[in-house]
Amino acid sequence: MNGTKELTKAIEEITEVAKGFGLDFYPMRYEVCPADIIYTFGAYGMPTRFTHWSFGKQFHKMKLQYDLGLSQIYELVINSDPCYAFLLNTNSLIQNKLIIAHVLAHCDFFKNNIRFSNTRKDMVESMTATAERIAHYEIVHGKEEVESFLDAILSIQEHIDPSIIRFKLPPKTEDDTGAADSHKKRGEYDDLWNLDQREKQAQSKKTKRQKKIPPSPEKDLLLFIEEYSRELEDWQRDVLTMMREEMLYFWPQLETKVMNEGWASYWHQRIMRKLDLTSSETLEYAKLNAGVVQPSRTSINPYYLGIKIFEDIEERYNNPTEEMIRNGCEPNKGRDKIFEVREMESDISFIRNYLTKELVAKEDMYLFEKKGRDYRITEKDYVQIRDQLVSQRVNGGFPYITVENGDYLRNGELYLRHGYEDIELDIKYLEHVLPYIYQLWGRSVHLETVIEGKETLYSYDGKEMHKQRI
Amino acid sequence: MSNEQEHNFVVSQENWSLHRKGYQDQQRHNEKIKDAIKKNLPDLVSEENIIMSNGKDMVKIPIRSLDEYKIRYNYEKSKHVGQGNGDSEVGDVVARAPGDGQQAGAGNGKKAGDNPGQDYYESEVSIAEIEEALFKELELPNLQEKEKSEIITEKVEFNDVRKKGLMGNVDKKRTILTALKRNAREGKAQITPIYNDDLRFKTWNEVIRHDSKAVVLAMMDTSASMGAFEKYIARSFFFWMNRFLKTKYESVEFEFIAHHTEAKVVTEEAFFSKGESGGTICSSAYYKALEVIEEKYHPSRYNIYPFHFSDGENISSDNKTCIELVHQLMEKSNMFGYGEVNGYNRYSTLLNAYKAIKHPKFKHYVLKEKADVYHAMKSFFQKTAERV
Repeated sequence: MNGTKELTKAIEEITEVAKGFGLDFYPMRYEVCPADIIYTFGAYGMPTRFTHWSFGKQFHKMKLQYDLGLSQIYELVINSDPCYAFLLNTNSLIQNKLIIAHVLAHCDFFKNNIRFSNTRKDMVESMTATAERIAHYEIVHGKEEVESFLDAILSIQEHIDPSIIRFKLPPKTEDDTGAADSHKKRGEYDDLWNLDQREKQAQSKKTKRQKKIPPSPEKDLLLFIEEYSRELEDWQRDVLTMMREEMLYFWPQLETKVMNEGWASYWHQRIMRKLDLTSSETLEYAKLNAGVVQPSRTSINPYYLGIKIFEDIEERYNNPTEEMIRNGCEPNKGRDKIFEVREMESDISFIRNYLTKELVAKEDMYLFEKKGRDYRITEKDYVQIRDQLVSQRVNGGFPYITVENGDYLRNGELYLRHGYEDIELDIKYLEHVLPYIYQLWGRSVHLETVIEGKETLYSYDGKEMHKQRI
Repeated sequence: MSNEQEHNFVVSQENWSLHRKGYQDQQRHNEKIKDAIKKNLPDLVSEENIIMSNGKDMVKIPIRSLDEYKIRYNYEKSKHVGQGNGDSEVGDVVARAPGDGQQAGAGNGKKAGDNPGQDYYESEVSIAEIEEALFKELELPNLQEKEKSEIITEKVEFNDVRKKGLMGNVDKKRTILTALKRNAREGKAQITPIYNDDLRFKTWNEVIRHDSKAVVLAMMDTSASMGAFEKYIARSFFFWMNRFLKTKYESVEFEFIAHHTEAKVVTEEAFFSKGESGGTICSSAYYKALEVIEEKYHPSRYNIYPFHFSDGENISSDNKTCIELVHQLMEKSNMFGYGEVNGYNRYSTLLNAYKAIKHPKFKHYVLKEKADVYHAMKSFFQKTAERV
């Protein structure tokens, strides 16, 4: 217990400064842990999460990098009330100071950003319960069985609908009313176009008048499978529900990575400047800080990009242009503005609205692509860069998949569609995922996407993978 | 130990030593790797990377069942954003495609590898791991106790400590430790004085070891009909056989006998690469083998393993002699193995003749494809050698 007193004193001071800046956070629980525990939590995303070999693999990888001195996690913070923060027991006091300042800003973000408004704040306990239940199912149904089911769900776990407001799926037994509505919606004279087909249609309407599942394309693949799969047993449905809950909880973190890290870095810098540090402490802090917010040639460091945008916003709203003043901006309101931004935006809107042309030029950002064996810079245009960053963040960076039909070919087959937007899917991976979906759905699974400019349908029927142009 | 503050925060440091979840799941992951190796043994055994690596290094083998598959974008076909120092221009190279390993991406020290698509997962498997899985299923049949008169090596090992001995062999560390302890008992925290009674000496023991030696007489038909595929199969087989025998014997030697119509002893390199033309007379190889045994490898000192790989084509008139010679060879050796690489189910004169041999030391196997190397190993070195 070296330096708990010092640490407590430092936390007290930092908390005071943070409050003075207007940060608004949950009560904090700081846990000092050894490295392997921190890395366990890092791998699982939560200390109490269920067990699965993929977490073990991740843990091993992260721990190895730590042991080799390649990377280090200093801190971990959990979106909960009270908010848990885990500190590495080998951290120096100055490292801890930076981390505490950083963590308080994360916590402020969790508490105030709109995307987090629906996340459960008791997730630590809830995940404990989930883990226990899954462990219980392992005893009842066998480890292999449960593991194979978890493998399948994990392969598609990101395909949920994280909308803040969402409508319920229609219950299974509901009669079709949707078709009639869609009929009405058509234009007044539309029926003129197909007068001669009318009779035919009327005929087919009668027989075809069956519910369509889902009534409109459904984004929430997990929920859809949970509701409509005829394959699942009760315990599997239970596991599916719990895992979807966990994903819903993690989702806002995927959606706000740039903002969240930027916000935390912005504040740890401001708070550290207020502290009374010795010169050697200042030096150590500066090194640490430089390591965290460091640009990269081959990727975007969310810490760096985030803090730069926040600083840019503050700067511009402190010194508004005439046009901004005409639109109602008052000078020196930069701080207020960034607090507003941290509340209202997610990464997509954050980048889209606040990454300016000047900032892109100043930070020397570019697009690069694989050309032959090399990755080369191909574009330096502001709009392209911004849009690329935005599109990378759409749907948390995952391809957008919707359920089009749960009764494809009137045979209960599942028809999925990839909303193609100029980036192709990894086919090798897709061909491994479809069998997983088949395992969950119990009947043939189809996925429509675009490969080399042509619409292509991948199907898996339980035995073989088929690929056909549409 | 925690203390509530007016600011509503708690600092605590608990004992986490029982929190083993990460290690447990890591263990499970390792089990899965082992399992995958076992399941893929037939493919792994004939994996080119391994055979050509001379068995020294780790080999990268994609273990497919351990990837965490997701629906994801094709990293190579999409655009990415990066940042330069202020002087980047269109056309600059920012990275190379990972030829081996990953590019040194991202100075983002906090969370490594959070860019999807850059995470090419290929499990590194050491040959030792594959061996462990493979050899678990194998056993040497007909192990014979060679006469004890075989080479005995006497070695001197310093593996004992005594109170009396030569001053030159004094064990300083132990002596000091003893002195320390004795002084401590007397209430003094110091090394000196050191009494005679504290002295400790390293002492040796004589170790007698029985040397066991094996020799493999690798015979192969190098006539025109043996192509690259056939040779590769033979090569893979001998590779694993060598490693397997090494786990059983202290030294394993190889003699490579190449033959077409006549046989000669060649180097390993020539054995696997050179092709010759002409017909095939297998008995020539067996004569050579007997000759080599006579010259260099006396059966009383060596465990002899003649193995013959061929495509089964032999001049029919030669078959009778072959059977005769095989019997002679078996008298001198632990077992005789005949591997026929026959991917197209050709009619094989030699195998037909050999089918008549009923002898516990005689084993044969027909290899049709790469994966059969594994099955051949299993058949030759069966665990319970009951089936003959």
